[in-house]
Amino acid sequence: MDLYILAQQWVNGLVLGSTYGLIAVGYTMVYGIIGMINFAHGEIYMIAAYLTAIFLALFGLLGIQSLPVVLLGVLLLTVFFTALYGWSVERVAYRPLRHSTRLAPLISAIGISLILQNYIRISQGARNQGVPPLLDGVFRFPSDSLDQRFIQITYLQSLIVVVALLSMALLTWIIQRTALGRACRATQQDRVMANLLGVHTDRVISLVFVMGAAMAAVAGLLVTLNYGSFDFYVGFLMGIKAFTAAVLGGIGSLPGAMLGGVVLGLAESFFAGFVNSDYKDVFAFSILILFLVFRPNGLLGVPEVEKV
Amino acid sequence: MGHSWRTACWVGLVALLLFVPITGLVLSGYGLQLHWQRPLWLAGAVFLGYWPFVWLWNRWRSGSQSSSRTAQSGHAARPGRAWQRPLGIALALLLALLLPFLLGKYGLGVVTLALIYILLGLGLNIVVGLAGLLDLGFVAFYAVGAYTYALGYHYFHMSFWLALPLGALLAACFGMVLGFPVLRLHGDYLAIVTLGFGEIIRLILNNWVSLTGGPNGVSAPFPTLFGLEFSRRAKQGGVPLHEFLGIDYSADHRAIFLYLLLVLVVCTMIYILVRLKRMPIGRTWEALRENEIACRSLGINHVTVKLSAFGLGALVGGLGGVFFAALQGFVNPTSFTFFESAHILAIVVLGGMGSTTGVIVAALFLTVLPEMLRDFADYRVLTVGIAMVLMMLWRPRGLRQRRRPVFQIPTAVASGQAGVGGRDDR
Repeated sequence: MDLYILAQQWVNGLVLGSTYGLIAVGYTMVYGIIGMINFAHGEIYMIAAYLTAIFLALFGLLGIQSLPVVLLGVLLLTVFFTALYGWSVERVAYRPLRHSTRLAPLISAIGISLILQNYIRISQGARNQGVPPLLDGVFRFPSDSLDQRFIQITYLQSLIVVVALLSMALLTWIIQRTALGRACRATQQDRVMANLLGVHTDRVISLVFVMGAAMAAVAGLLVTLNYGSFDFYVGFLMGIKAFTAAVLGGIGSLPGAMLGGVVLGLAESFFAGFVNSDYKDVFAFSILILFLVFRPNGLLGVPEVEKV
Repeated sequence: MGHSWRTACWVGLVALLLFVPITGLVLSGYGLQLHWQRPLWLAGAVFLGYWPFVWLWNRWRSGSQSSSRTAQSGHAARPGRAWQRPLGIALALLLALLLPFLLGKYGLGVVTLALIYILLGLGLNIVVGLAGLLDLGFVAFYAVGAYTYALGYHYFHMSFWLALPLGALLAACFGMVLGFPVLRLHGDYLAIVTLGFGEIIRLILNNWVSLTGGPNGVSAPFPTLFGLEFSRRAKQGGVPLHEFLGIDYSADHRAIFLYLLLVLVVCTMIYILVRLKRMPIGRTWEALRENEIACRSLGINHVTVKLSAFGLGALVGGLGGVFFAALQGFVNPTSFTFFESAHILAIVVLGGMGSTTGVIVAALFLTVLPEMLRDFADYRVLTVGIAMVLMMLWRPRGLRQRRRPVFQIPTAVASGQAGVGGRDDR
């Protein structure tokens, strides 16, 4: 086996895995705090992809050329509006159902997923959309190689890994070190007790949705810049993959989500590279099922004890 | 009032912010088209719609608290309406039998498809409505049924009548094998596992070209009736039905035949379901849905009970699949996407989870109405999604929540008082 191809798959898997990890954070945090699978999270990612393209085009219309300004501006706007979508979804479709049956929020989430997909399809059209290539260029190791014997990392790929790491670090800092994060952790441990001790738990849950959507927005922006094309259906597959990553790492665990993302990304990339690329989605779903059946607590999760 | 004004303004403002980038700025190539009116209209609608919504919501909230009294009076009046139910069923059956002669060929096709959806809805209703297990990959069992017939015919010349039980059993086996390990887990995981399983089945059907023909699909023949064929001329020494009966050939015969067969199967299924619901197993499904921990501590084996519901649902799904293959004459993986699962789920949810009549009405509604309103085809799924969310906000436990079978002490009814002891007071 060619060592360079192996290393190249390693790089591709890492890049793919960091985006899975970013989206998985949304699933894992929401599950941790209210014990619900947010099926509409994939659509939040899809909306972020559209918003990225829209704001890029808007900056183009306004005639702003400077690349760092454009990137930062688009990032901030996308994160803000995607987070607003995440917040509204929670407010409209999940919060009224907090004391309802166990199935109600799940079905409501499926409804939201259908709504968001078709809302985008109707307002933006069903055709494939794209963004212009912004950041061309590759790093090559070794750089003086003539034939196929090199590893290449595009600037965008390295940007993905760097930004993903930075956002994860920021999120971890928020959760571990700030008063907001303390409120989050308290709510996660015992919602009623946290409420009694003066934590505004409804607001904390909203905040968790906002943070999850913001991370999905970062992922949506990065993936859109990298692949250049998307449609209103991209959220579905990405959503299941990211959920798989969350399960893999142990749902409810923040570092687990990132680890799960990277592991899934690597596994998928190696499977596609060395076994069969037609069945790489089947492979990812099989991992999901096998993990749920044999190790439902994931790599880093703790067993869930059901209390009466 | 001032408070509600402020809230409405906030809601309108958030709606405006949400709508501006997506509906106001439409991508075209790498550029944008401006539709500045659309977000304003939508946000205005949300702003104005806020008050009626809050009014309805509060009204329902207060209504649901005093509803036990209305349910009580409704229940006491029930014995007087005992004749209505058989009459309703008889009328529905009569209509179902007359329908092929009232509708044209196209209309009959739509209604036949609606019957398949009724079948699928009934199957999923066992799983979601009665047992409370969210199955998002129901379409996998549907696909197993359809491909059993299509591939069975393609490779072994399997007849429809053999494929019907075989497809159903195979689907049930798939359901059991998938369900057994997963049903021990936390309930929500089932949803995601079935979702993944549904996609796996579709991807395999799509990619295993040498077996399934991939995206090109496989053809499935039309069923025969006791060996008699419905074509104008029979293949290889068979006898066409119209020659056997001595009537003129008509292409409508086969459509009517399939329709009547489906009516028969659906009626049988409804009968079985109604009986099952009253049997101990049906009661256990509903009890398990309401409180799993209580059931387990009463000695109910939750895995086998759930598995029976899941397997039975899959069986009905497989049955629907065989009929689908026979109706279309052709199957390919595009019929078995996640959207199809969501559609069947919508039938169950909008029918009021757990209600058989509701499923029938919802299936007819969701299949026939889109055919009539072709102009609004774009908005169909959007409307279904909105309806699902509203249904969850309004009646998450289903429509017939207060109409469980209850035993009443006869003397209490005779003396004009509603039975107090046997009432489900929730």
